Amino acid sequence: MTERRKRVDAVIIGYGWAGAIMAKALTDAGLSVVALERGPARDTSPDFEYPRIADELKYGVRGDLWQSLAKETVTIRHGVNDVAAPYRKYGSFILGNGVGGAGVHWNGQLWRASPEDLRLRSHIKERYGKSAIPHDMTIQDYPVTFEELEPHFDHFEKVCAVSGIAGNLRGAIRPGGNPFEGPRSDEFPTPPLPPIEVARLFERATAELGYKAFPIPSANSSIPYTNPYGVRLGPCNLCGFCERFGCFLYSKASPQTAILPILVDRPNLEVRTGAYVTKILRDNSGKVATGALYIDDSGAEVEQPADVVILSAFQMHNVRLLLLSGIGTPYDPATGEGLVGKNYAYQMCAETAAYFSEDVEINPFIGAGSAGLRVIDEFNSDHFDHSGLGFIGGSQIYAGGTGGRPIDQMMLPPDVPHWGAGWKAGIRKHYRHSAPLGTLGTVMSYRDRYLSLDPTYKDAHGLPLLRITFDWHDNEYKMAAYSASKMEEIVRVMKPEKHATLVLRPGMAYDARIYQTTHTTGGAIIGTNPANSVINRYSQSWDVSNLFIYGASAFPQNIGYNPTGLLAGLAYFSAAKIRDSYLKSPGPLVPA
Amino acid sequence: MATAVISGLAGCSPRSGDAAPAYSPTFFSADEWAFVRAAVGRLIPSEGPGPGGIEAGVPEFIDRQMEMPYGHGAYFYLIGPFQTDVPPSLGYQLRYNPREIYRLGIAAANGEARKAQGKTFAELPADAQDGFLQGMEKNAIQFATVPAPVFFSQLLANTKEGYFADPLYGGNRGMAAWKWIGFPGARADFTDWIDQAGRAYPYGPVAISGARG
Repeated sequence: MTERRKRVDAVIIGYGWAGAIMAKALTDAGLSVVALERGPARDTSPDFEYPRIADELKYGVRGDLWQSLAKETVTIRHGVNDVAAPYRKYGSFILGNGVGGAGVHWNGQLWRASPEDLRLRSHIKERYGKSAIPHDMTIQDYPVTFEELEPHFDHFEKVCAVSGIAGNLRGAIRPGGNPFEGPRSDEFPTPPLPPIEVARLFERATAELGYKAFPIPSANSSIPYTNPYGVRLGPCNLCGFCERFGCFLYSKASPQTAILPILVDRPNLEVRTGAYVTKILRDNSGKVATGALYIDDSGAEVEQPADVVILSAFQMHNVRLLLLSGIGTPYDPATGEGLVGKNYAYQMCAETAAYFSEDVEINPFIGAGSAGLRVIDEFNSDHFDHSGLGFIGGSQIYAGGTGGRPIDQMMLPPDVPHWGAGWKAGIRKHYRHSAPLGTLGTVMSYRDRYLSLDPTYKDAHGLPLLRITFDWHDNEYKMAAYSASKMEEIVRVMKPEKHATLVLRPGMAYDARIYQTTHTTGGAIIGTNPANSVINRYSQSWDVSNLFIYGASAFPQNIGYNPTGLLAGLAYFSAAKIRDSYLKSPGPLVPA
Repeated sequence: MATAVISGLAGCSPRSGDAAPAYSPTFFSADEWAFVRAAVGRLIPSEGPGPGGIEAGVPEFIDRQMEMPYGHGAYFYLIGPFQTDVPPSLGYQLRYNPREIYRLGIAAANGEARKAQGKTFAELPADAQDGFLQGMEKNAIQFATVPAPVFFSQLLANTKEGYFADPLYGGNRGMAAWKWIGFPGARADFTDWIDQAGRAYPYGPVAISGARG
C-alpha cells in the first residue's frame, strides 16, 4: 500500500525559512536532499505579482496564503482541567503554508535576542536573586551564547538584506541604533528607510523623553542589494501590502527572495509539495530515524527513507509531529516529567490607537511590515532595573502602521459607533489621521502551559490535533501594564486629540479571537542535557541523533522580539556543526 | 519601479460607479435578498455625505461571496463535536458555514420581526430596522437557531468587507468607499513619498483592474 521512494541522504520536513537554510547547507555539503512541503509551490512570479497581490480581502482577510484550518487546526484551552475547543477561525495567530512558509507573509522584523535573553535564568538569579523566579516559572538558559550565535545572526541579516542602524558596533555604542543590543560584528547590510509619519512623531516624542528610538531591523531592503548567495533584492516602496501578503518587489526577504533562487537548479535537491508528513519513522531501536511518512495530494501514503531527518515545520507542527511519532516523552504538567510539549509560550501585546487632528496627515496606507517603523528598547528584556516591579521581562515599544488596509486596519475612537450614519462619518474623519503604537512583550514559561495531542479532535486524515494549554500569569499582566504605561507616556507627548489603549489586565483570559502575534514558542526546547530539553545546542534530538529540529519550538521561553532572527541563528549554528563534525562522524554531538 | 507600476495601469479607462446594472442574486431568495438589502441600507445608510452600502454594491458582494469557497466554509474548521459551553474567548464554535448563518439568521430575524411587529424586517420603517439590528447585536432579540449576535456580526463584517474590498468582488462600486476615506486602493507604490512624511497624499485610488477613481 505504502509507496517507498528511493533513499536519500536527508529529508527536510517543512520548507520555510529553516527548511531553506538547511536545504542550502546540506546540498552545499553534497548530500542528496528531498524537501517535503505540505502546501503548494509558490514563487514571487506568478503568485505574488502586482496588481493581483494588492487584494486585502483575499490575502489580508480570508488568508489565501495561510494554512487552511478546514483540514487541520489546533485546539485551545486555558487550564489543565479544561476541555479544549478547536481554533475554528483565524484570530490570535496565523499559520503558514506552502513553500516559504510563514516567511512569505511575515512582517520582516528581523531581531536578534539580547545577550541576557540567552541565559535568562542565570541572569535573573544573579541580578535579583532566586526569589525573583516564581516556583512554577520554568524558564531556563540556552546552551549557546550570544557570542557564538553572532556570526550567524550577521550572516542571516546579510542574506535578508536587512535595513537598520547598528547601535553597538563591536562594543562601541553608536547614535541612531539600539544601544541595548549585543555587540554586532558589522553594520546592517542596507540603511534604514526614513520614518513614516507616525514613526517620525514617535521619534520626536521619545527624544523629548530621553529614549533612544531607532529603526526596527527590517528585512525590507531599502536599496538594490546582492546578498551573500548572489541573490538580488530590490528596494521597498512602502506599498502597504506586506505582512499577510507575498512581496511583489523582491524587497521583503523570504525564502523565495533570498535563498531558493540558488537552490532551484541543484540536482541533489528535490522539493516535493503537497506532502503532508504524518510521522517520522525510526528503526526498531527507536534511536535512529529512518525517514518520513507522508500523504501526497492524491491521498496516497508515501515513505521517504533518509539517513538524516530535518524537522523544520512551524513551531506547533514540529511538536505535533514529535508527539505523533512517539519520539521523546510527552510532557505531563501533573508531574513536571517529560519534555515534548513543555514550555509553550506566547507574547503579550498592548496597543495604543492615537487619533490625531485632521491637519496631521498620517497617510496610513504608506507602510510596510517593518520598514519605516521606529521602536525603543529601554523597557525590554533586562535593559532596566526590575527591582521592586514584581515581574521579569519586558517589551519593545514601537510606532507605525503597516498599510492602513481599510477592512482590517481601520482605527476608530471608542465613541464612534460600529455601524450606521455615525460610523460612515467616523471613518472619513479618522482614517487618514489615526495611527497605532504597540508593545510586543516577553512571556515566561510555566509548569501548566504546554502542548499535547488533543484527545477528541482530529485532522482531515483522522490524526489528533495539537492541543494548546495556555493562559496569562501574573508576571505577564504586570509586565504588560508597565510597558503600556511607558507607551502611554510617549503617546501623550505625541499630542493626538485622543488615544485609546488596549492592555490585558488580570481577569482577562487569553483571547483566541483577536490577532496578537504569531510568535508561538516552545514545546521542543533547547538545553544542556536530556533531562531539561528535547534538543542539544546543535538542535540535535537527544533521543534520536540523526534528527535535527529547527524553529521557535526550541525557545525555552519567549523573548520581546520577533523570533525569526534567533531561530535562523540557531539553524546556521547547527548547520555549521553538521558540516564540520556530524557528516564526518555521525552520532551525538553533545554527550548526554 | 514606480514608473513601471504606473505605466502598467495607463490605458485603462475609469469605471463609472453610477450605471451599475441591476443584480439578480444567486444564493439569496427574494425574501432573503430583501432582508440583505434592507439591513445593508441601515448598517451603512445612504443618507448624509458619503456612499451608502447599497450604492456601493454591498448586497451583490455578499451574494457573490456566498458562492465562493468562503461561503461554503472552506476557510474554517467545521468538524465536530461542537461544544456549547466554551468561553467566548476560545472563538467561534458553531457548526454553521456563512451560507447557513445567513439562511438561518434571516429566517429567524423575519420570524421575530413578524411576531413582534407583524412585518418582515425589510417592511419595517428605518427607525424600527435600526432598533431591530441593535437588538440582534446586543442579543436582546433571541433566535432559536444561530444566535442573533453571531448572525449580526457575520452580516456587519461582510458588509464592511463589501464596502472596502477591491471592486472586483462586486462591492465598493466605483471605488466610492476608498474615495470617501482617502485610501488609494491598489496603488501599492509610495516610492516618491518615502521622504515626504506628513504631506497629504494627493492621488485617488486605482483598482486591481486598472480602473482609476
